[in-house]
Amino acid sequence: MLERRAAMAALVADRGDLLIVPGLGSTTWDLAAAGDDPRNFYLWGAMGGAAMIGLGLALAQPQRRVAVITGDGEMLMGLGSLATIGIKRPGNLAVIVFDNGVYGETGMQPSHTRSGVDLVAVAAACGFPQCCDVRDEAGLGALATRIRTFDETLFARVLIASDEPPRVLPLRDGIELKNRFRAALGLKA
Amino acid sequence: MSVATDWPDRLYTMLKRAGVRQVGYVPDAGHARLIERCRADDDIHDVALTTEEEGVALAAGAWLGGGRAALLMQSSGLGNCVNMLSLARSCRFPLLMLITMRGEWEEFNPWQVPMGSIVDPVLKLCEAEVHRASAPEEVEGAAARAVQHAFGDERIAAVLLSQQLIGRKVWSK
Repeated sequence: MLERRAAMAALVADRGDLLIVPGLGSTTWDLAAAGDDPRNFYLWGAMGGAAMIGLGLALAQPQRRVAVITGDGEMLMGLGSLATIGIKRPGNLAVIVFDNGVYGETGMQPSHTRSGVDLVAVAAACGFPQCCDVRDEAGLGALATRIRTFDETLFARVLIASDEPPRVLPLRDGIELKNRFRAALGLKA
Repeated sequence: MSVATDWPDRLYTMLKRAGVRQVGYVPDAGHARLIERCRADDDIHDVALTTEEEGVALAAGAWLGGGRAALLMQSSGLGNCVNMLSLARSCRFPLLMLITMRGEWEEFNPWQVPMGSIVDPVLKLCEAEVHRASAPEEVEGAAARAVQHAFGDERIAAVLLSQQLIGRKVWSK
């Protein structure tokens, strides 16, 4: 099973101009641990909203690739957004779910995926043209390449171990996160 | 077409003038005409949502990417948005909401009343600027002020389109 911090580091090591929206909780800490970047829009709230922030961003920036990298609990709260994205299908949006089957931030309570809810099947049923299930290093390496080259809406579930590495906390001022992200795109802050 | 019936077209023109390129909506009878106009416009991404809170996040993402979005909903939808409005408030994302009201005038369905009756205070608790239009000739001005508040001041701004303006829902088919 993959270790979450190593998995995030592998995905973003050679990110190019990828824009990244992590979800509330562990994936935000994972992305911060991989190295800060103004093109990361960390979420300290808005649970269930990561994928839709990604959709708005992808539609506004059609020339850039956008990766939402969130957890299974955060994705489950916004499950309907997979249907919304599935009928819109921007070719520059990837939704990647780090799935450990538990709510790590609140004490490791089991999530629905632990009991068999299959997010890859949900995404496929919602019309995502590209879906993959990543369970090992080889699959992770392939996904790391794919998020730099994909041109159809992509969904990936990355099976990770349910360990809880020490938190690495990024900037949490929302206005500053917004302004520096826009500035990195050459927009007026 | 008279001002009494063409206010959705005026709203559409207002959105175009404001540079709105993404419109999120949950299907709604009161917004049917405006949704139709947006869907017919190749320069607007019309985004059908499964729940209104998705639109709050959509608008945040649009602004991060240099775009402008609007969110169309019925009054009941505001209740679905409340926690997600924290995203707009914490980061000062512009959020333009056009809300058709239910539960306030000749309402046949009493289940619309509990949410419809608290839209105004809920919005104010969420630090939104609220502009109500009760008559057709008030729509354009209310929308213009909301556009300024949303995109000029980077705040949450709502236009409440009263049930009186929209007309009562016909229940017999």
